[in-house]
Amino acid sequence: MGRVNNSLASWMHKRPKVRLLALLAAPGLWLVIAYLGALGALLITAFFTINNFTGDTIPGFSLGNFHDMVTDPAYRNVMFRTLGIALSVTLICSVIAIPMAFFMAKVAKPRSQKFLVALVLTPLWASYLVKIYAWRSMLEPKTGVIDWLLSPLGIHSPGFGGPAIIIGLSYLWLPYMILPIYAGLERLPNSLLDASGDLGAHNFYTFRKVILPLIFPSLVAGSMFTFSLSLGDYITAQIIGGKLQMLGNVVYQNFSINLPFAATIATIPVTIMALYLWLVRRTGALASL
Amino acid sequence: MRESAEITVSIRNLSRSFGAIKAVNHVDLDIYSGEFLTLLGPSGSGKTTVLRIIAGFEKPDEGTIHLGGKDVSQLPPYERDVNTVFQDYALFPHMNVLSNIEYGLRVQRIEKTERKARAEQALEQVRLSGYGDRKPAQLSGGQRQRVALARALVNRPSVLLLDEPLGALDLKLREQMQIELKELQREVGITFIFVTHDQEEALTMSDRIAVFNQGRIEQIGTPREIYENPQSAFVSEFVGQTNKILFEGKRINIRPEFISVSKSKESGDRTLTGLLKDAIFVGASTRFLVDAENGEQVISVKPLEDLSIGDSVILSWESKKEFLA
Repeated sequence: MGRVNNSLASWMHKRPKVRLLALLAAPGLWLVIAYLGALGALLITAFFTINNFTGDTIPGFSLGNFHDMVTDPAYRNVMFRTLGIALSVTLICSVIAIPMAFFMAKVAKPRSQKFLVALVLTPLWASYLVKIYAWRSMLEPKTGVIDWLLSPLGIHSPGFGGPAIIIGLSYLWLPYMILPIYAGLERLPNSLLDASGDLGAHNFYTFRKVILPLIFPSLVAGSMFTFSLSLGDYITAQIIGGKLQMLGNVVYQNFSINLPFAATIATIPVTIMALYLWLVRRTGALASL
Repeated sequence: MRESAEITVSIRNLSRSFGAIKAVNHVDLDIYSGEFLTLLGPSGSGKTTVLRIIAGFEKPDEGTIHLGGKDVSQLPPYERDVNTVFQDYALFPHMNVLSNIEYGLRVQRIEKTERKARAEQALEQVRLSGYGDRKPAQLSGGQRQRVALARALVNRPSVLLLDEPLGALDLKLREQMQIELKELQREVGITFIFVTHDQEEALTMSDRIAVFNQGRIEQIGTPREIYENPQSAFVSEFVGQTNKILFEGKRINIRPEFISVSKSKESGDRTLTGLLKDAIFVGASTRFLVDAENGEQVISVKPLEDLSIGDSVILSWESKKEFLA
């Protein structure tokens, strides 16, 4: 057995291409079958139709679903609403994450740094559903925690709806924004900040001209999480969104009654994400990621 | 000259601790306008902390710093008329060379044509004309060093602080930069405060050297004063090499290059005989290791002599070259 292994090893040693192929076979298959395969199936199904009477899927090529989606203003509204929510969540997460990550990476002592990273990660150990139901009980009008605590101060819970979804999703995805920015700031030498101040720049100028451009790739990395995860979400909208629907909810509803149409709707977030990545690529941020 | 020269930086009773470590311990120091002053000492001796306090990156626990007569002890870095060349150069990686140099001028809102002209001139001063649109990553260590220098000098500060700026360069480049830096300093006439742990560098470049040890200044003086008349055992050992010899019942200190080794000739009023134990050829000079008759081991550094190992030799030197400490 050992001899067979040895001869195989030396045979492989002389053939770097075979070696590379063997190494990449498993991830390659996974990528092609599980990932691109599912995406391909989605795209193909989007062009199918259904038998209106039986509800059976009829394979074929029809642009009818796309026509319905584009012409019905209800779907357009859902699309823009979802886009707006995903952008707001990304913006809120960035605004909160940058100072937090800065404190963790540049201000906190090395020992508390590790502790803070652990703290940021802790919410990820809890189930998604638990966290959203927790927000539900916080946001509940009148009986919820927020109204109970803050109504004496004249502050009321926004109730269930768009703002609640944005709050819930921002809470859920915040760690995914903090961690890449923290990593980016940790790589940023302190001497650059000293140098900027030394050359006469106030802190805000240093932030705009030195820190922000240098952590931009990290910000993009974080935004890919917050943006795409928000774009595809439907559970949060179901639990704390009131009557408000996101694209995911439309897909979920149509899944059992009109599968091809669900697939058509699902191409929207995929397309938006592709556009987003293309835009990001043009800024050059991916190159230094 | 010292009497008439104006004091640019005046440090009084400066102290700074990090935890239990007293990094800077009651330091007083006056720095004259236009001089090249080196803060020399081993790592952890407090020299870099003093520099960072002058720049404003660290606040002193105690004491004051006056810059051009004005107390700046509590001012942030951006309100001090000093600029720094950092050990790792700290060039902004996302800006090209010209933007790096223009940074300070842009902050001061100097209008574009003057800004460009001054930046180009600074680039020329460090002999990097034509490199303006390169990114720092496309430059060699020595070139980055020069950009850092230009970026600081273009602001025409009253004091330039240099934190071991030659530390990352190889020996040849380092020696070349030492000469260039000194020339540049004469040319621009700005006060340079230079931090290094390399005693040769300090001796080559400085008008004066302040030798640091454990947060205090052990001695301050011209390179010659420091070298030829060290005031403490620490200075004599840190700067140059020293023979400590028991001579006629008295412990004396003498530099190896002041001791002659010969088979018969004496040069100087002190003599000692011994056996040549080893001779190490190091280019321009040779290190002779001699076992003296009184049991001491003596090192002499002199041009190559016609001696062989095992020869009995005469060591001789001038008593005025000895120092106490």
